[in-house]
Amino acid sequence: MRMTPRSQRLALVLAGLVLAASAVGLTLYALRSNIDLFFTPGQIAAGEAPSQRRIRVGGLVEAGSVVREPQGLAVAFSVTDRAASLRVHYRGILPDLFREGQGVVVIGELAGDGGFDAARVLARHDETYMPPEVAAALAETGGPP
Amino acid sequence: MWRAIHRLGSPAIFYAVAGRLQPWCWALAIALLLAGSLWGLVWAPADYQQGDSVRILYVHVPTALLAQSVFVLLAAAGGVFLVWRIKLADMLAAAIAPFGALMTLLALVSGALWGLPTWGTWWVWDARLTSMLIQLFLYLGVIALRGAYTAAESGARASALLALVGVVNVPIIKFSVDWWQTLHQAATFSLVRPPSMPASMWLPLLVMVAGFYAFFVALALTRTRSEILRRESRTRWVRERVARTTGKAAR
Repeated sequence: MRMTPRSQRLALVLAGLVLAASAVGLTLYALRSNIDLFFTPGQIAAGEAPSQRRIRVGGLVEAGSVVREPQGLAVAFSVTDRAASLRVHYRGILPDLFREGQGVVVIGELAGDGGFDAARVLARHDETYMPPEVAAALAETGGPP
Repeated sequence: MWRAIHRLGSPAIFYAVAGRLQPWCWALAIALLLAGSLWGLVWAPADYQQGDSVRILYVHVPTALLAQSVFVLLAAAGGVFLVWRIKLADMLAAAIAPFGALMTLLALVSGALWGLPTWGTWWVWDARLTSMLIQLFLYLGVIALRGAYTAAESGARASALLALVGVVNVPIIKFSVDWWQTLHQAATFSLVRPPSMPASMWLPLLVMVAGFYAFFVALALTRTRSEILRRESRTRWVRERVARTTGKAAR
């Protein structure tokens, strides 16, 4: 079967697209663990994270775990992924969104005692938005925040 | 159906049709953007966690959407130009690429301004932000390649080819927040479940998104028309048209 020049070009463009997509796909697949922004506490507990190197850990701030130094900026809290939790020590200003139950990403190093020394704390927020009145009403009825 | 598309592929006919559509698109865009800005920035409620900084959403989401839609259209136009050699597709591509680049830049800047108060940082190298930055570079490459050849035709083909290859990045941007751990949150809207946002917030957002799309269509029509005039300036239909509007005889 002979192809017209036009369908030849169409086949060439489509083949190029498929090739480019698979090249990029395979590259991303090979790099998949390096593209993740952070380790989870579960991965830390399993020993997957390097020690004595700056790493990022992400998870939720465990409810009731936040302890602040009475006079000063030092704060300690636990970050959990519901499988394992990691005690984080931090000295500095926390982002506005930081609170118990909130997602955070902490940047720092694993300490020798199994805890984590954070140099920076970033807050994550989820994809849910609502007006404050709705949130207050939901909290009263005991629904999700 | 195919005949209508073929007719519209002729620059002269597109010029006339776009000229008639153009004022309506501009009027719609201005009305929607005005209404959406007021609704989103003044009347819509603040967020229970983020307060008023959530209003950046009404600019950030439309610009990010447009950044990706324009790239898909750019790649489609590139494909049509490479395969079917339709000149109009290339004129459209030349007209919309700078707008797409600007939308990408605005999405990055508004995201940085939003990230500073909410996340505590204006930039992290997470998958969503990095893939969006790559998209900006792809846009700049598509624009620069067009002018990099002495022959306009070669530049047009190289730029179409880069747009086609670069479109691979669009699904990566879209799914980056699902495939990898990122600081950026996952999508609020999906086709399979209700949005995790009340109507008092997504309605103004919808108006803003529609306004940005209308603005894009209006701008694309206007810019493609001037691109047609520039490239076809030696043809008879342009000379006759100019003669009719200026009242002088065509030479």
